[in-house]
Amino acid sequence: MVRVATVNQIIPFSCVDGPGSRLVIFLQGCNFNCKNCHNPHTIDMCDSCGDCVATCPVGALSLSLSEVTEAVITKPRVLWDSDKCTQCDTCLSTCPKQSSPKTRQYSVPQMLELIRSQVHFINGITVSGGEATLQLPFIIELFQAIKASPDLKHLSCMIDSNGYLSESGWEQVMPYLDGAMIDLKSWQQHTHHYITGRDNHRVFISLKLLAAEGKLYEIRLLYIPRVSDFDNEINAVAGYLSQLPASVRVKLNAFQHHGVTGEARQWGTCSEQQMQQLAAQLSQRGVRNLVLPNVYL
Amino acid sequence: MTLQHRITQITRDPNLSPKQKSNFLALEAEASLPYMALSDAVTEAKESGIICDMFEGNAPFKPRYVLPDYAKFLQNGSEYLELSPVQDLDEALNALTIIYHHVPSVTNIPVYLGQLDDILLPFCQGLDPETIYRKLKLFWIMLDRTLPDAFMHVNIGPTDNIVCRTILRVDAELKQIAPNLTFMYDPQITPDELLQIAASNICECSKPHIANYPLHANSFDEKGFGIVSCYNSLPLAGGANTLVRINLKEVALKASSVDDFFNQVLPHYCQLTYELIEARAKFLHEESNFFNSFLVKEGLIEESRFAPMFGIYGMAEAVNILLGTPSNHYGHNAAANELGHKISKALDAIVKSTPVKYGYHGLALLHSQGGMNVDKDVTPGVRIPYGTEPNPIVHIQALAEHHQYYTSGISDILTIDETVKANPLAMMQLCKGALSLGFREFSANVASNDLIRVTGYMIKLSDIASFKQAGSRTNTTWLGAEAAVNTKILERQPRVIAHEQSPTHAK
Repeated sequence: MVRVATVNQIIPFSCVDGPGSRLVIFLQGCNFNCKNCHNPHTIDMCDSCGDCVATCPVGALSLSLSEVTEAVITKPRVLWDSDKCTQCDTCLSTCPKQSSPKTRQYSVPQMLELIRSQVHFINGITVSGGEATLQLPFIIELFQAIKASPDLKHLSCMIDSNGYLSESGWEQVMPYLDGAMIDLKSWQQHTHHYITGRDNHRVFISLKLLAAEGKLYEIRLLYIPRVSDFDNEINAVAGYLSQLPASVRVKLNAFQHHGVTGEARQWGTCSEQQMQQLAAQLSQRGVRNLVLPNVYL
Repeated sequence: MTLQHRITQITRDPNLSPKQKSNFLALEAEASLPYMALSDAVTEAKESGIICDMFEGNAPFKPRYVLPDYAKFLQNGSEYLELSPVQDLDEALNALTIIYHHVPSVTNIPVYLGQLDDILLPFCQGLDPETIYRKLKLFWIMLDRTLPDAFMHVNIGPTDNIVCRTILRVDAELKQIAPNLTFMYDPQITPDELLQIAASNICECSKPHIANYPLHANSFDEKGFGIVSCYNSLPLAGGANTLVRINLKEVALKASSVDDFFNQVLPHYCQLTYELIEARAKFLHEESNFFNSFLVKEGLIEESRFAPMFGIYGMAEAVNILLGTPSNHYGHNAAANELGHKISKALDAIVKSTPVKYGYHGLALLHSQGGMNVDKDVTPGVRIPYGTEPNPIVHIQALAEHHQYYTSGISDILTIDETVKANPLAMMQLCKGALSLGFREFSANVASNDLIRVTGYMIKLSDIASFKQAGSRTNTTWLGAEAAVNTKILERQPRVIAHEQSPTHAK
């Protein structure tokens, strides 16, 4: 069977997803359910209920017919015609699961072809999401193929992840992985659970493992004033971050409302001043390699 | 308005310096002369905005762009300027400062200051880096303050040398609009580390722009070339006697079909363009006495190395009109892009097969013209219209095919999201990608920089903001201020990443 990934979006040139310019593959589906998610339509997989089809103003969505092949009956699927689509996002607001029907299936050879068409412009590729590692077998096959191709092997292969992947999962991808960017959503278990719906034990295990392998490129802290607890736990957080290898970038992100739905919309955004204050507290406590946002929207 | 009234206005303008007033008065005087004799068809095409003489004046007494052989000048000195051959860096910088004031151009300020690293390097032997830095920094400040025009242009590269590196350092530090700067890149010669410095400079101050050295060098003979003003590649020790441009949008509007455009209308207006070119070149070469100047007598320029530039603009609109498609089609659609390439190819064939009396090897040079402050609803050169740009890679891929045809220069300006500032490696890779696909020049503005590129020259947004109240000591600011209103330059879309990825990246 051909391995395919469900892709939400591909950005051919990004400056913020790892070193240099990168082709970024955003995979659909996430195992966290963060209240503050900026892309909630990437969390759930489309179950082809078809509700969105009727509301699409330009007829870019349709339902395929059931297929009956050798004893297998497939149920209808929502099909998306990207040429007709005007990106009005009516479908996203119609969907009862807040899921996007605007996804596309890519096989590894198709993805390699796409990467080849951009190869002169990029330093590497990053798989992101959603939560990329939910489609780990695809990632492994893709990275393996890149490293085995003379014309592509110079590209660095990075994963941008919530860190929830199991140790054995990381070990499988490790031989082909150049680096990972991991989000640490908050320090305390209960805060982490409140924000994401999951605890953060496995995130710390992932961070430790990647750091030990020299493959932790960046740890990302999203600062949501009065919600995430990095400021209240500043000593513990700073102590932890300064133990990480010196090469690890510590990227501070400022919570904003763009794309956010639900109760997190009521949370205050992070101002430049609040961000500077957190950064100052961390650097006073010996945290180096801090990277701050250059835009506050 | 009568001539006298216009002159009165200029002399009393509260925002112009005396020198700026003198320039405008001279333009009015020249404009009061009758135009060279032209056929009715050319006059009509000119008056209806299909062909344009770039306001070079009714009696062209100086070439549009002049590229003196400054190496020869430093080596020989100048009898006319009473200067001996140069011995050291101080004398070299002093001699250049002098000669720049004697190099004319359409703006009355030299548009070419030389391949400065090559010509200064021989005089830097034995000097320590800090001394070179101090001298070049003063020189840079002098240029900006005494020759206030961002069409004034320095070339450096492709070799790695101390002068090249020092100029990049000084330029990023001072962030001046002048001089404009081209860095020549040759993948065989230029180390990545040096290209990275240039790319980081772009993130800092939108300069330099980066030229595909092998591609340019192959277009000219062994005597070399220079890049001047805004992206004009021209023979060294020569230049452009005139630039006449043709508005492809207006040409397309006259065509009844795509075939009619290629077979009848385009060739017809190209022919009229040539008539205007010939008339203007004839006056300059035969009546103005320009070629009796010391620059010719001392061998710093040669009359045979001057060529007319055959400029085009409005490609995007022409393609959309011919295809009858929505206005944002060009740059996004394969059929539209291919029709554009076909038009460039047809223009190339015309320019390479139409002899001119005063040309480079008897020919004009095709040029993708970067627009003027008066252009409304028409896009410069072959660019993708402002505000409709796709992501930088699609952008580059859509336009790369054009670049082979435009010997005397073509440019697009990529506007890059400011996130690139934290990641200059990405800028370098984008540049390398563009050049490897056949781009002649790579230019980028980084969103949020005060210093930005308009058509080809640089302006400061803060200058535009204060211009209306206070005027400007810099001649090009008013062009930028007008262009900001007329041509929507400030609406260029910064593109790199989708908005949801910026500034935070949370799931």
